[in-house]
Amino acid sequence: MSVDEQVLSYPIPNDAALEPPAEWARLRDKCPVAHVTLPSGDRATLLTRYQDVKQVLADPRFTRLLNAPDAARLSADEDGGLFSSEMAAIIPDGGEEHQHWRRLVGKWFTAKRMSAMRPQMAQIAEDLIDDMVKRGAPGDLKASLGFPLPVYVICDMLGVPAADRDRFSYWSDTLLNLTRYSKAEVDAAQAEFFQYMSDHLAAKRRQPGEDLLSELIAAGGPEDGGLSEIQILVTGMALLVAGHETTANMIGKMVSMLLADRSRWERLLADPSLIRTAVEETLRFDANAGFGLPRYLKEETEVSGTVLPRGTTVICSMAAANRDESAFDHAEEMDLTRSPNPHLAFGSGSHSCLGQALARTELQVVLEVLLRKLPTLDLAVPVTELERVEGLAVGGLRTVPVRW
Amino acid sequence: MKITVDEAKCCGAGQCVLIAPEVFDQRDDDGIVVLLQPEPDEAQHAAVREAAAVCPAAAIDLSEHP
Repeated sequence: MSVDEQVLSYPIPNDAALEPPAEWARLRDKCPVAHVTLPSGDRATLLTRYQDVKQVLADPRFTRLLNAPDAARLSADEDGGLFSSEMAAIIPDGGEEHQHWRRLVGKWFTAKRMSAMRPQMAQIAEDLIDDMVKRGAPGDLKASLGFPLPVYVICDMLGVPAADRDRFSYWSDTLLNLTRYSKAEVDAAQAEFFQYMSDHLAAKRRQPGEDLLSELIAAGGPEDGGLSEIQILVTGMALLVAGHETTANMIGKMVSMLLADRSRWERLLADPSLIRTAVEETLRFDANAGFGLPRYLKEETEVSGTVLPRGTTVICSMAAANRDESAFDHAEEMDLTRSPNPHLAFGSGSHSCLGQALARTELQVVLEVLLRKLPTLDLAVPVTELERVEGLAVGGLRTVPVRW
Repeated sequence: MKITVDEAKCCGAGQCVLIAPEVFDQRDDDGIVVLLQPEPDEAQHAAVREAAAVCPAAAIDLSEHP
């Protein structure tokens, strides 16, 4: 880009809840390596092309070490935000150590394990939908179903009481919201959350259960091939946060996208075998996916013909990349049968989302149960009245009003 | 069709198992890919191609016979 070109604010302001900002197409076409200003005032480099985002996310030179002294701060607070916190550095970033961590934890998120949880997830979905129906239309699908379901599931996997979910929600929100909370509020929430998880692990040591954290403890310390105490603690916090906002928001967005043009919903009613590819397509099509993934560059490298100096903070917009015409035919159209659909909603490479089989299974089960129980489901407001949640690292809608 | 998988690259995302469960599995102790059928039946080919195309770690390689 030329020096006199205006520097874009990031996140790019956008009032439309489900539509992408017009800038995406222009950036992909004319300025694939763009200078942007973050909420902190710091500069970063935004990538929007499919090939670039895919390549960078899988390249170990682009690290997650956003706590480096010269890395861009995402939010106005000195060390605010999940990505730049000290905690993020406790999980190994790369190499064998990361792979070791990933495999110890990843065994809990295999496709087979997730498939085995389907009946339990379907039962939770049925109960939540029954409750929503009892309260009468219109209902808020996000508060009634989208939010509680993934929370119940992740609490169960971690052996933490779902009754504490309001506290988890608050802690997750403070960690993932880049603008809404003061530094004091974020620090206090982190300290409370840390203490809670610490007490929880102490209790699990005394009385192990059959949950993921008990098993991580049972695997022993690093000398026995397991994780250190602090790594287990941060893993527990990270999984709880990750299991909260991401799928919880995606359920509401998925249903909104499918109902925004009701012929999509009707197509799925007529042919539920399309549920799997439809879920993938809503993940690709999600224009309100949040901040994207930040990376810190440890050595000079080149992306799309532009040299990026060492110390550059890069923001990968997977959502913009997922609308790249060079990677997806008719990228601006939602195609419920699209296959293959190598979208980047869960990232790419060795750091791609650990919980993606869980998220996929939850989204598929929710959609199956909704189509079966509430075939007449529809949005209770015009699409233009849906509102985005502001400031969240993971994008979402404030409410999803529905009737049936 | 002949399939090879790269265990070192595999990140345990499980997409291959969700798409082609008769051809791929994951080890219970670390989530890494297990190839059940290196030369699957014709009926599996479409699913296998899809699994290879969407693998986030590009850990599935296909060689197709003419």
